[in-house]
Amino acid sequence: MHEYSIVQALLDLVEEEAKKAGASQVERITVKVGRLSGVERELLHDAYTIFSEDHFCKGAALELIDQRVVLHCQSCQSEHTIEKLTLACPACQSESVQVIDGEELILMQLQMH
Amino acid sequence: MSIESNPHLNNPKTLEVMSRVLKANDTEAAANRACFEQMGLLAINLMSGPGSGKTTLLEATAKAADFRFGVIEGDLETERDADRLRAVGVRAYQIVTGTSCHLNAKMVQKAINPLGLDELDVLFVENVGNLVCPASHELGTHLNVVLLSTPEGDDKVLKYPVMFRKADLVLVTKVDLAEHFDFDVQKVRREVQQLRPDTPTIALSAKTGEGIEQWLAFIAQQRNGA
Ligand SMILES: Nc1nc2c(ncn2[C@@H]2O[C@H](COP(=O)(O)OP(=O)(O)OP(=O)(O)O)[C@@H](O)[C@H]2O)c(=O)[nH]1
Ligand SMILES: [Mg+2]
Ligand SMILES: [Zn+2]
Repeated sequence: MHEYSIVQALLDLVEEEAKKAGASQVERITVKVGRLSGVERELLHDAYTIFSEDHFCKGAALELIDQRVVLHCQSCQSEHTIEKLTLACPACQSESVQVIDGEELILMQLQMH
Repeated sequence: MSIESNPHLNNPKTLEVMSRVLKANDTEAAANRACFEQMGLLAINLMSGPGSGKTTLLEATAKAADFRFGVIEGDLETERDADRLRAVGVRAYQIVTGTSCHLNAKMVQKAINPLGLDELDVLFVENVGNLVCPASHELGTHLNVVLLSTPEGDDKVLKYPVMFRKADLVLVTKVDLAEHFDFDVQKVRREVQQLRPDTPTIALSAKTGEGIEQWLAFIAQQRNGA
């Protein structure tokens, strides 16, 4: 259950960014959760509800964007959003593909006052 | 209350942040890496589910290695693993994480001084036994080695893709027990390649010594490259 420690990191990062921008209150936090980030959106949300209670971010809505895995094929230069976890190009079957999205956990946007 | 001091009456502003949530850990990990490089050592993060044979592999490595190594041990509780390594003459420091199911870069950083990196060629970090959480936290090591023991079953690679995507090397451990568990090493090799082409898989047994030579050769090759 590392979602707890991830939420702590998220809350700290949000507070740092919000204060740097001179905000006194955060209204909405948008986070992109890659399918291969190792983070469960539901667990993250539960952990957020608990830990934001006594934090600067209290009351802010957490929006979690589900990011599927996106591949770039180096053989045919195409891009594909995939569902099934086989890292091969759906167009040309080449295995020289790079994961270009869906592996990360990114704080995208803050709405604040 | 004046209009200015009531935040709800101000227009909300939107800030595009675009930052990794674990940015602070990444920064600590980069500092650890700089420290390892300065000391001229190769640092390896060992990750696996509980009981896959990480400590046993390190004990076997101590017997056969021609390089000097130290170990930072991570466990939820007890000094047992560090004690086992000290008993075979390995310099070891135990991190007791308490409730944390993974090591993070800061914990490793705090362990560096008490362990001491002088006169070491290689540093192993034995992560908390867990196939999920450690994968999300960079420690600053040069390599991630993921162990999968034959009793766990040969279907784990695609069940835990996040962890196996991180692997620079996969070790199938306890291969002496493979036939008892109908464990197909080739299947693991294939599925590892599916997730990350060019990632090698070595099958080994700390009990019979099978594959230990290949494991040591892998480390030697990485040390020369590093
Ligand atoms: N048959 C066989 N048993 C092994 C082998 N390697 C380890 N074991 C056994 O597996 C059990 C767990 O080994 P450990 O080395 O403690 O595993 P670990 O990954 O360090 O465990 P944690 O640190 O608790 O996650 C022990 O009883 C070992 O004797 C092997 O190659 N063959
Ligand atoms: Mg151990
Ligand atoms: Zn293609």
